[in-house]
Amino acid sequence: MTQPLLSVQNLSTYFHTETGVARSVDGVSFDIGEAETLGIVGESGCGKSVTALSILRLIQAPGRIEPGSRIEFEGKDLVTLGDSAMREIRGNRISMIFQEPMSALNPVFTVGDQVAEVGRVHGTGSRRDAWNHAVEMLALTGIPSPEERAKQYPHQLSGGMRQRVLIAMALMMKPALIIADEPTTALDVTIQAQILDLLTDLQKKLGTSILMITHDLGVIAETASRVLVMYGGEVVEEADVRVLFANAHHPYTEGLMNAMPQITHERERLNVIPGTVPPPTAWPSGCRFRDRCPYAWEKCEKEHPPLYQIGERHNSRCHLAVEPERRAHPHLPLVEQVGATL
Amino acid sequence: MAAFLARRIAQGLAVVMLVATTVFFLIHAAPGDPFSASMENPGITEGVRAAWRHTYGLDQPIGEQYVHYVASVARGDLGFSFSLQRPVADALGSALPNTLLLMTVALAAGFFIGIVVAIAQVRRRGKPADHILGAISIFLFSVPDFWLAMLILVAFAYWLPLFPIGGSVDPVMHDMMGSGARALDRVRHIILPGLTLALLYFPLIARHQRAALLDAITADYITTGRAKGVSEAHLVNRHALRNALLPIVTILGVAFPALLTGAVFVENVFSWPGMGRLIVNAIGSRDYPLLTAAVLLGSMFVIVGSIGADVLYRALDPRLRDEL
Repeated sequence: MTQPLLSVQNLSTYFHTETGVARSVDGVSFDIGEAETLGIVGESGCGKSVTALSILRLIQAPGRIEPGSRIEFEGKDLVTLGDSAMREIRGNRISMIFQEPMSALNPVFTVGDQVAEVGRVHGTGSRRDAWNHAVEMLALTGIPSPEERAKQYPHQLSGGMRQRVLIAMALMMKPALIIADEPTTALDVTIQAQILDLLTDLQKKLGTSILMITHDLGVIAETASRVLVMYGGEVVEEADVRVLFANAHHPYTEGLMNAMPQITHERERLNVIPGTVPPPTAWPSGCRFRDRCPYAWEKCEKEHPPLYQIGERHNSRCHLAVEPERRAHPHLPLVEQVGATL
Repeated sequence: MAAFLARRIAQGLAVVMLVATTVFFLIHAAPGDPFSASMENPGITEGVRAAWRHTYGLDQPIGEQYVHYVASVARGDLGFSFSLQRPVADALGSALPNTLLLMTVALAAGFFIGIVVAIAQVRRRGKPADHILGAISIFLFSVPDFWLAMLILVAFAYWLPLFPIGGSVDPVMHDMMGSGARALDRVRHIILPGLTLALLYFPLIARHQRAALLDAITADYITTGRAKGVSEAHLVNRHALRNALLPIVTILGVAFPALLTGAVFVENVFSWPGMGRLIVNAIGSRDYPLLTAAVLLGSMFVIVGSIGADVLYRALDPRLRDEL
């Protein structure tokens, strides 16, 4: 395999709060190759957004990237890079698309000004050049009459249009990597599909790599080539997208798959994974998913599972990898058992 | 925008008329009149006082006096001051420019220092500089104004005699100076009272501005800016400040009438011939025409301040421009 574009090794991001240390991201490793789309999927609180923010070092105190973490990108370690060198990478070599297109834009400046700002910060041309470039980028994202739209304020644009503005902003400097943190969550379903198509189109055109953060396996299926499933601040399963959908191994991934509504099945209720993600200040001992897992046994409480290799480029953090016969005997998860203490 | 302004000005005029009417009746309802003080002088008989009251029309029914007052104000005549023995317009004309000058300097400096201090605090939030500036603000916010004025007066006009001790110009030499020297003379006189008032005003601005900036700095668009590679300084000075100025505009609108009413205690300590002293004296001497005129003018400043703040809101926040 050639040198990956981004290589994250043993990334740990802890929040040192008064109520304890929240280990939101706890030893996460992954690579992204050139022009590849890696999806990170997981429910709220699993650490996927903190992972994304950590790559650009956007974690604010009391959060901290712990010693021992490495984020290699274009031959530099982003964890130890100086502040001004880091600023040169942000928005320039790595850019980010955020979830809430309304609040992610400053309400008091025109959208053109905010897109052009990326060019003013990183480019060499004049203000005029940056503005013209911004209008080009708005046109590229399919915004009709971009010259007029550029002079408008965020509140005058629809949600979909605002998300296109954020994408234009992310593309200004033709970055090597775009981190998209739930880019379609706040949008209508029809607009979601448009935005995802736009992103994959632009990726093909520009050869950019994408890190797609989402809780929606549908989004992963449409965009990603490889998937990381996160739970409790850790990677619990990683595989190529086809392998994962055909052959999910970790009970949590299985739960996520079952929770997706299927048009072919008639159901009265949606399937859910029982319970919630435990607080990151107090991960359970052993396997962090065991309370919610229908297969958990004593070993899951005693031993923290490593990432077992279970196939080609397919790893799973579950003891079922060594005792697969237990999958045949599911039971009620601990959180659903009467009298269980959480 | 034009429709908005027209509507606000019409509303404002109605308010001014209401205020003038209320004040007119209230002040006449207060015990005593401009000539009550002369009762201490046994040489002035009740008959003399009655004659005086007749001269100024104070023996007429209150309703009639009101009609006369409104009619003369409508003609642009604000009346004659009993206590100063000169036309009200003259008295206001000599005091108002002094107060406008002093208060413009004081408010501008106070707002400027307040905003700069708040930015400095937010840039170093949680660090010692933030706490020290915060403590200084609290201290100045709590000291009595006349005490600070006297301290500054003693320090910079007596111990270190850098500045004149009071007044708005040099009482003897000013009229003999050239225009450049006159301007310099005014500047020398305004520095101490201006500084005192700026020191008294800035903590309020700094505290509100700091809170608003801290609020703005946690907004999502600041994270977006950071992810774009924008520097922290630029994020605070441009992205956060522009959003955080709205609460300060509110204070500016409320503080605007102070341009007219001045600051009584500080004016007194520095013998500044301004509106504060004029108004307080007018109350003591039941100088009806002077007082009603001052209140009339004051209510106009309140209206202008609030319309001005609305216009500034719209300039700062594009979301408000589409509203009526």
